[in-house]
Amino acid sequence: MEPAELLAAYEQMAVIRRTEKAAHDLFLQGLVKGTTHLAAGHEAIAVGASAALRPDDYVFATYRGHHHAMARGATPEECLAELMSRATGLCKAKGGSMHLTKASTGMLGSYAIVGAHLPMAVGAAWSARLRGTDRIAVAFFGDGATNIGAFHEALNLAAVWKLPVLFVCENNLYMEYTPIADVTAVARPAADRAPAYGIPGEVVDGNDVVAVQETVARLAARARAGDGPALLEARTYRHFGHSRADPATYRPAEEVERWLKHDPLDLARGRLIESGVPEAVVHEADERATTAVQKAVEAAKAAPAPDPDEALTDVWADGGAAWRT
Amino acid sequence: MADVISYREAVAEGIAREMRRDPNVVCLGEDIGEAGGVFKTTAGLLKEFGPERVWDTPISEQAIVGAAMGAAMTGMRPVAEIMFSDFLACCWDYLANEIPKVRYMTGGQVTVPLVVRTANGGGLGFGAQHSQATENWAFTVPGLKIAAPATPADVIGMMAAAIRSDDPVVFFEHKGLLAAKGAPVPPDHVVELGRAAVVREGVDVTLVALASMVPVALKAAELLSGEGVEAEVVDLRCLVPLDVSTVLASLGRTSRLVTVEENPYQGGWGATLVSVVADEGFGLLDAPVRRVAGECVPLPFADALEERVIPTVEKVVAAVRGLAAY
Repeated sequence: MEPAELLAAYEQMAVIRRTEKAAHDLFLQGLVKGTTHLAAGHEAIAVGASAALRPDDYVFATYRGHHHAMARGATPEECLAELMSRATGLCKAKGGSMHLTKASTGMLGSYAIVGAHLPMAVGAAWSARLRGTDRIAVAFFGDGATNIGAFHEALNLAAVWKLPVLFVCENNLYMEYTPIADVTAVARPAADRAPAYGIPGEVVDGNDVVAVQETVARLAARARAGDGPALLEARTYRHFGHSRADPATYRPAEEVERWLKHDPLDLARGRLIESGVPEAVVHEADERATTAVQKAVEAAKAAPAPDPDEALTDVWADGGAAWRT
Repeated sequence: MADVISYREAVAEGIAREMRRDPNVVCLGEDIGEAGGVFKTTAGLLKEFGPERVWDTPISEQAIVGAAMGAAMTGMRPVAEIMFSDFLACCWDYLANEIPKVRYMTGGQVTVPLVVRTANGGGLGFGAQHSQATENWAFTVPGLKIAAPATPADVIGMMAAAIRSDDPVVFFEHKGLLAAKGAPVPPDHVVELGRAAVVREGVDVTLVALASMVPVALKAAELLSGEGVEAEVVDLRCLVPLDVSTVLASLGRTSRLVTVEENPYQGGWGATLVSVVADEGFGLLDAPVRRVAGECVPLPFADALEERVIPTVEKVVAAVRGLAAY
């Protein structure tokens, strides 16, 4: 990454971090209902991968997907408005935190059934190939998804059909509340499964935005060239619990401390300074991010609630919901 | 053009017609290519359209339907085959949680123009895990259109409508009807989804049936005619959209309703239809409603046992006779 590119990535990560913090605070204020699965700590995976992809590539994410929506162009205001049940939300307040989607930029959804979107990404890659494009599809998922059937069906089909799809595992060491190592037969839950499907499996520091960008760029180029799918395991760590209900007390203090010292924003900041970007310039990026998210919170708060009749639209392609004559 | 076409041939013909007119229509499923499908319902497609449009898959129902969904969201019109409708359970997440909900939960950002075809129903001695009539499973989930044709002409016409639909359609092909024959079907034959057909007119009772139960209802109507009872038979064709209007109009003529359903009584589609009739057509009725449906047990293997469970002509006739007192 060139310094300018890294600075832009840093600012994007700073926006995501602040948006997630705002989501947390708004939840505590009673302005976000249901639950949230915050991605604070995972920013470098979304931002690094996005920097390596083309705008016309397809991205599929999970219920922990705010960072992917924003990395693909959703604004903090659209996301927070959705979380706050506003008519201006990204999904018109019909999706909520777990389903952020920005189809216009190729971010084709956040799915809350573990592993379900991996076959969808395979289908999008298949479609890209059938339509004669060189687009690729990327599925982001957690370490817990590596033990569900859809993961294995998707990997096999993608490999057999040699499709341009990347499977990116965000391994944050815990499947919900349980250490992934306690429930998985291999040490590296994603990468160690790749050989079974005859595809490359790699591990990358998921908190290092430059490493993520470089690795994804290399695997994407390979997929785009027709050399088939790959599986990337990006090691990372949640700053919050699994979901809003989880204080994450099961994680050892020493482990938490170690990972917080390996923060994706700190790493990127260090790289910027190292490459000669003045601290004041980095500080300005932080300030811009803070201001942008503050404005987004205020705008989302001011936005109207949806018209209740909106509930009876968008089932069918004609916009309606009629199921009978 | 041949003098007759079988229901089985109509499936392949219906798909082929749409593949000829739209290059975005592609097929995927287990054994659908060189083998032509285990029921030969995709025979000839690979030969005519080649391996870039007819794709054999592994035994991976989640990958089949999930990939169809991803392809449909990005510009294709996939036609996915799930070999037996019982296997829909293996990919139920896609039919219950993903496909019918993705348009809604994204606020209308995506469409999912796909067809999931599947061989449905009993009567062939395939036992408990290959014989179920599962159309009522799909009927529990808002967001799926449900087609279940009873004749070769409807197979072709409804297949055209299903593939052209911008909404997801679950298309139930009845195993017991595959050998049934019908008249050849003119080009560009399209049967709009959600339009029931009155396939026999009558004034004494309305029999509402679906798929393999349509010929059962028609045979029952013939027998009843000999007893002086003229039954009107409505082929529902689709469960969603559900053509309540045609049923209510028929009840306006007959005042008596019997549903003929292969799926179990417990949770069967007739329950919803009858509830709408009770709500909106109570004044039309002169007699209690009867539902002739599958017994609430797993499908047994032996013919004698299977016939005990699935509705038969005799059971329909008996139900109608029971209404004579009113």
